[in-house]
Amino acid sequence: MRTPSWVPALYLGPAVVVMAAACLYPVLSAFQLAGFDWSMGTPWESARWVGWDNFLSAFSNPRVWSSLWTTLLFAAVCVAAEMVLGIALALALEHPVRGMSFFRTLFILPMMIAPIAVGLAWRYMFDAQFGLINAALKAMGLNAQIWLADPNLAFIAIVVADIWQWTPCVFIMMIAALANVDSSVIEAARIDGARWWQQTFLVKLPMVMHVIAITLMMRLIDAFRVLEVIYVLTFGGPGDSTEILALHIYKTAFVGQQLGVAAAISVLLLAVVAVLSWGALRLSNPMKGEPP
Amino acid sequence: MRRPAWLVASHYLMLIVLAFLCVAPILVIFATSLRQQVDIFAAPLNFIFTPTLENYRAVLEEDKFDRYLSNSLFVGIVSTVITLVLGCMAAYGLARFRFKGRTTIAYTTLLLRTVPLAVLAIPVFLIWSEWKLVNSLWGLVLLYVAVNLPFTIWLLYGFVLQVPVELEEAAAIDGCGPLRVFTKVLLPLMAPGLAAASIFTFRIAWNEFILALVLTDRQTRTLPVAASLFITDLGVDWGRVMAMGSLIAIPPLIFTFVAARQIITGLTAGAVKG
Repeated sequence: MRTPSWVPALYLGPAVVVMAAACLYPVLSAFQLAGFDWSMGTPWESARWVGWDNFLSAFSNPRVWSSLWTTLLFAAVCVAAEMVLGIALALALEHPVRGMSFFRTLFILPMMIAPIAVGLAWRYMFDAQFGLINAALKAMGLNAQIWLADPNLAFIAIVVADIWQWTPCVFIMMIAALANVDSSVIEAARIDGARWWQQTFLVKLPMVMHVIAITLMMRLIDAFRVLEVIYVLTFGGPGDSTEILALHIYKTAFVGQQLGVAAAISVLLLAVVAVLSWGALRLSNPMKGEPP
Repeated sequence: MRRPAWLVASHYLMLIVLAFLCVAPILVIFATSLRQQVDIFAAPLNFIFTPTLENYRAVLEEDKFDRYLSNSLFVGIVSTVITLVLGCMAAYGLARFRFKGRTTIAYTTLLLRTVPLAVLAIPVFLIWSEWKLVNSLWGLVLLYVAVNLPFTIWLLYGFVLQVPVELEEAAAIDGCGPLRVFTKVLLPLMAPGLAAASIFTFRIAWNEFILALVLTDRQTRTLPVAASLFITDLGVDWGRVMAMGSLIAIPPLIFTFVAARQIITGLTAGAVKG
């Protein structure tokens, strides 16, 4: 049956209009804005076209490069730790047990709670004077640390908070994936004399490689989008040791009031995320295998 | 094959330790909100203290708390309802029809899911100023609908595909109009997807803070923005901010305990099945 072309337009129209107006149009405007010198609080008419100047000043600013490096390091460390921990825990705990659904409920709590609350909880626990973590260190006879006042320790703090929040997500994805593996394949490998590590690394993990790849890409993309937890936990400090790119953009725009320069840095962040998204699409295309 | 008792025991022990690690920071928020100011700065490992509701009283008596709460509820609920209606329609359109531009729309939608909110903040601030949407709750709603639609559409798309077309055709032959086919046949079968999509959307609209901070004023502030104002250069008013944090955490906690299964379905839908 041929459908007249206005029917799909009826279904898709409203959503497409909203996404185009309030998401795609702003993203494209960021490119345009990057060419203007515009400060906050002044009318848009007073903005001056400066061409590539914002890009030049952004890319010649060492803080932008150090911020890009912090972002890359943050994403790499967090995602690597989350994937390894999540996969290892899922392998250790994949056997179905009674009460697992209750535990799973507790495991999704960290990602459901408001990022601002997550940031506050960790900021309180990492506090040098009255934080739980220092109290625990002292109780074990170790030295207290000035977590959020030391550049390296503050970086560890934001990594710990992210790992806490997102490892459970990887774990749940992997448990679901392992549950889908045909158990007769593992059984066959066992009968053929495969040892535990051979069953795991040569049979089981390759069979869920697809899920591992998608989870990895999604975690990577989201690691570049993190902002709120770090905003509350360290606000980029001390110095700029935890100032990831998203936070740097926010500060440049709404603290430094240089909206044009901030837009130029946005383009850089968008480029990084676009490359990752392209990779994610290659790995997992929800429209794959469909007739066009 | 029965597993030996020590293996089962260590399995549960590990689960309990992990659950504790997941829950502990959340308990810290609630515990701190019940402490008196003097206790907060005293011994942190002193878990026995006289709980007080003083912090909650102070937060609730804040002159504009009702206002912030109703702003948050309005933005959360309205964004969720609109996202769900538009997302359902779009998912159905993408799954059931083949038309020119379908692939373009599909891929653009996927890519929009990955845009960092910090990137959106600047141009949105400019555009919303022009459209007179700054400091308006509807401005926030429009933005939250737009950023939540991509995920919602792709989640529901998978659920529409699982419903056999024959079912819809049978209903149509029995005399159902397109609208009744949609509401009576399709929607009930998509219920788990709808539940997951609405929780994920509400979670963002209720918790989101950076865009709300940029786009609201004293009248239109949401709860997370109000909470952030307790964090100043001079320090953090821990008791009150944790009371505020606890209040903000309550709805997502309730959703998690009521609909954990649907949330996990939503989380794993794309990756595990695809």
